[in-house]
Amino acid sequence: MATVHVRSIAEFEYRAPESLAEALELLGTEARAGKVLAGGTDLVLQMKQGLARPSLVVDVKQIPELNRLTWSEPVGLVIGAAVPLVQVLAFAGLPKTFGILLEACSLIGSMQIRNRGTIGGNLCNGAPSADSAPPLLCLGAEVVLASSKAARAIPLEQFFLAPGKTALAAGELLVEIKVPTPPARSAGRYLRHTTREEMDIAVAGVASFITAAPQPGRLKTARIALGAVAPTPVRAYQAEAALVGQVVTKETIAEAAEIAAGEASPISDVRGSGEYRREMVRVLVRRTLTSVCEELGIDV
Amino acid sequence: MKIKVNGQAYDIAAQPWRTLLDVLRYDLELTGTKEGCGTGSCGACTVLMDGRAVNACLVFCAEAEGKEIITIEGLAQAGRLHPLQQAFMDEGAVQCGFCTPGVILTAKAFLDQNPRPTEARIREAIAGNLCRCTGYDKIVRAIMSVARIADKGSV
Repeated sequence: MATVHVRSIAEFEYRAPESLAEALELLGTEARAGKVLAGGTDLVLQMKQGLARPSLVVDVKQIPELNRLTWSEPVGLVIGAAVPLVQVLAFAGLPKTFGILLEACSLIGSMQIRNRGTIGGNLCNGAPSADSAPPLLCLGAEVVLASSKAARAIPLEQFFLAPGKTALAAGELLVEIKVPTPPARSAGRYLRHTTREEMDIAVAGVASFITAAPQPGRLKTARIALGAVAPTPVRAYQAEAALVGQVVTKETIAEAAEIAAGEASPISDVRGSGEYRREMVRVLVRRTLTSVCEELGIDV
Repeated sequence: MKIKVNGQAYDIAAQPWRTLLDVLRYDLELTGTKEGCGTGSCGACTVLMDGRAVNACLVFCAEAEGKEIITIEGLAQAGRLHPLQQAFMDEGAVQCGFCTPGVILTAKAFLDQNPRPTEARIREAIAGNLCRCTGYDKIVRAIMSVARIADKGSV
């Protein structure tokens, strides 16, 4: 944990709109530069550190459109941006194939953090290490953004622009995350390496998600996403391509892991060197791929 | 604005930029809840909000309006200690006592939802409560003694 100089927060106007329209109107007033407050586990901290100094805080927790949490086979999983992690984790009746997302969410922070923090906030905070990002990238998630003028949906791949920077335009907020139902015979795993056992930020995070092909030992699709080893969460497209179209073996997995490590562009910081992070990508890609193959009964 | 703490309604100044932790300690003088880090990392400021354990240092007091807040002061009923408080004393799970209010409330919230936990799940549940004194074993033992434990554990 970096040295944090925590100070009192400067005064601000607090609004808790009951409707999405009202929230968007408040956020649309550029001069106010309002900040969205959901769980607050990132924002309040940043305000204490002086990294964010909004004069207007818009609490979105009581807006119905941001609190949807539904799943159906045709529509997929819809997670409102203000739904706390604890609620997502308690969602009964989700197909097992969504397990990779729940696995990642259960690693975020502590019980106290998960009782407040949201997937929406995890994504909008834009940290390259956001644990919910790699699984959502693998699952082909899209995000619905709205402003007082329009709404748009973009693939999650297009949402992250740089560390701490997302595609949210001024006056826009994230309404919900939509995750299509994965095909049958799919399996996913998220593993991350952290310095501590709990409550830490990933040194490297890897999500692997595969769908088996009808031919034995082959994959229809393979998706690999990396966290904390590039300016944003990223897909390892070349590693994915190397896996599909041939029989999966221990060797092809090791090869894919090597390629994925090359697709990372990690920095060296207090949590680890770039070389170490690359090595962790190699290890975690191998481990997650081996795990999902085993789960689908693919012998490697 | 009004907040409800330990079953009682309080009138506090409508200054939303103040955290719930500050309001509890300085306005309501309920100093059982501690400030350990101010960043939501140590859990010393844990309180229950509508039954869920949260870090009060990351909650603006305005967000607490309309919620039921329970602090450590609200656990004992009519002078009788909560079983967790008694267990922490019996097991020697309190040394300096600074983490104790937070970890007891976390444990209470956890056991309320998970009456028959394993030792491993207990340790996971208190991961957001740092203790510099005890090494956690006696804390886990105290929680296990209150829970209808699913396994005997190895602590």
